[in-house]
Amino acid sequence: MSALKKILPYLGLIAALIALQVILKLAGREFWLTQLTMALYCTVVVLGLCLLMGFAGQVSLGHAAFFAMGGYTTAWFTTHNFAASKDALLVSLMQNLGMLQERTDLYNNPILTGQPWAGCGLALLITLAISLIIGYPALRLHGHYLAMATLGFGLIVSKIIIGSSTLGASDGLTNVPAWSLPLGLTLGRRPELRVQNFYVASGLLVLTLLLLRNWVYSRVGRALQAIHDRETAANAAGIDTARYKLKAFVASAMLAALAGVFYTHYTGGISPSKAGALESVRYVALAAAGGMSSLWGVTTVSTALNFCSFRGWFGSLDHAIFGMVLIVIVSLAPEGPLRPISEGLARTWRKLARRKEATDAPA
Amino acid sequence: MDADNLALQYLLSGITKGSIYAVVAIGFNLIYSATGVLNFAQGEFVMLGGMIAVTLAAFVPLPVAVTGAVLAVTLLGCGLELAFFRRLRRHSVLHLIIITIGLSIVIQEAALHIWDEKVRSLPYFTGNEASSVRWWGASISPQVFWVLGTVGIAVLVLHLFLRQTLTGQAMRACSAQPEAAMLAGINLQNMRTLAFGLSAGLGALAGCVISPITMTHYEMGAPLAIKGFASAVLGGLGNPTAALAGGLMVGILEAASVSVLPAAYNDVAAFAVLLLVLFFRPHGIWGKPAGQGVREH
Repeated sequence: MSALKKILPYLGLIAALIALQVILKLAGREFWLTQLTMALYCTVVVLGLCLLMGFAGQVSLGHAAFFAMGGYTTAWFTTHNFAASKDALLVSLMQNLGMLQERTDLYNNPILTGQPWAGCGLALLITLAISLIIGYPALRLHGHYLAMATLGFGLIVSKIIIGSSTLGASDGLTNVPAWSLPLGLTLGRRPELRVQNFYVASGLLVLTLLLLRNWVYSRVGRALQAIHDRETAANAAGIDTARYKLKAFVASAMLAALAGVFYTHYTGGISPSKAGALESVRYVALAAAGGMSSLWGVTTVSTALNFCSFRGWFGSLDHAIFGMVLIVIVSLAPEGPLRPISEGLARTWRKLARRKEATDAPA
Repeated sequence: MDADNLALQYLLSGITKGSIYAVVAIGFNLIYSATGVLNFAQGEFVMLGGMIAVTLAAFVPLPVAVTGAVLAVTLLGCGLELAFFRRLRRHSVLHLIIITIGLSIVIQEAALHIWDEKVRSLPYFTGNEASSVRWWGASISPQVFWVLGTVGIAVLVLHLFLRQTLTGQAMRACSAQPEAAMLAGINLQNMRTLAFGLSAGLGALAGCVISPITMTHYEMGAPLAIKGFASAVLGGLGNPTAALAGGLMVGILEAASVSVLPAAYNDVAAFAVLLLVLFFRPHGIWGKPAGQGVREH
């Protein structure tokens, strides 16, 4: 019974996602799935940030940099032509490992580019290494100093991207090839792939939620909670705070990079605006608006807001409305919008139950 | 121009930029010490100061326009504190910081819709863009002296205000020991409003004097806030003198990096140094280590 109760919300989420697709299909608005898919990838980043902010109590203003790191690595690897350096040791090694594929370009010239799965692996490896290098010293910092360090790191990454012509400078990288996943799924932006891509993104989201849930309710999660509340006390109680914080930081950076990889293959390109400081601020803001330690609140708020913004419903007022929603949610419901709603429902429920008792009693 | 003069030129342009960062950093510090909140809308005050002054300057003489802009932004700063931070005292500091991020986005968008995306600027206070002063072989716009002079005087006046006047001392008491200050009969709430107003006015003044050189643009606030934040953190939060030094350091680093690195990377050098400083001295160069009166959220 209790196991079912634990799984129920996730089954509900899966059902809701399927229902969403069916409704959009019936309403003839299937093209909305494109923006919804993009919004789901952003939500994965925000959920990763949730782990860091809501559970470990650390702020990172550099998550757009990790997202871009994932996206740019795979975009560069799958579009760079290795044909010129075919005989180099590293390139031939990669070819023997099956990491490269031979294709032809628009003019039927043969080109040698990377395989998407290898790009994804490379992106995760690079993010792992960099998040360890940055996280190790940065997590000795506290509060605002940590925020500054991650912000500075993010700015450095975005400036390097804009400044390097290999990464397309301010134009970004385009023509990223589609990625053939197992089960006959393909990650790409062709309209006929829309529905299956929505399910790929949903799958990633549900998987992330399950992972985070397990993490949060495990020993590690309790340790993180303790660090969040009183770091010194946690330390005194024998918790290796530095190690747990580093783990949470690396995990959330990897989630951001993974979302970046999927997003890039889905949209077929990435631009430096995805790496900007404003984008990082946006992720933090979404996590805060969703209630930080409320995984469900974050999922709903982030998906809904990102969807509306990608869809362009706010037009030129996009940022303004985004800022307003942020102020309103955070000032009225700092625990996330779902908390007051569920509390209100519970209150009405109790009231109804009491009334029923009252009417039953005299009889 | 030989190498020495070039170095002087870089140094001066670094100090000019750095003094603006310093003003933003001091604004951060004022609000941070009084409320524990890092106000990310600080850069927006600078932008608004420039924008309002440019608009007013079309109707009234320049000094009146500048005064008007500073007053208007000061009032806005007080108004924001009254509207948001006074009412929301129960919220955690992190939430309040997120609200300032929201405010900065809204103010920026409002500026875009009130004015437009055009770049504006005030006329040079003395002379014009072509006039320059030769100084040891480096040529300097007279506006640079206006910037340095105004910022210098503003910081000095602020320092005297905080040290010498009763209100200033009350304000420092609030940031050092809020409970004790309250017991001594200081109205904590009003001091916070005053801190917001002061730092908004200071930012607006900086926006006015820098406007002829760097122009005013609706998007200029966020980068300034980031640099100001960096300066405040580099110096050590909660210490105005350290913020001044931090601002000058960031400005000079940025200007100096142009001579070594391509211009596209000039922020990279400044932030790389900042990261290194933070890693080796996690509480800023002049800051106190955590646990010794440094606020945390």
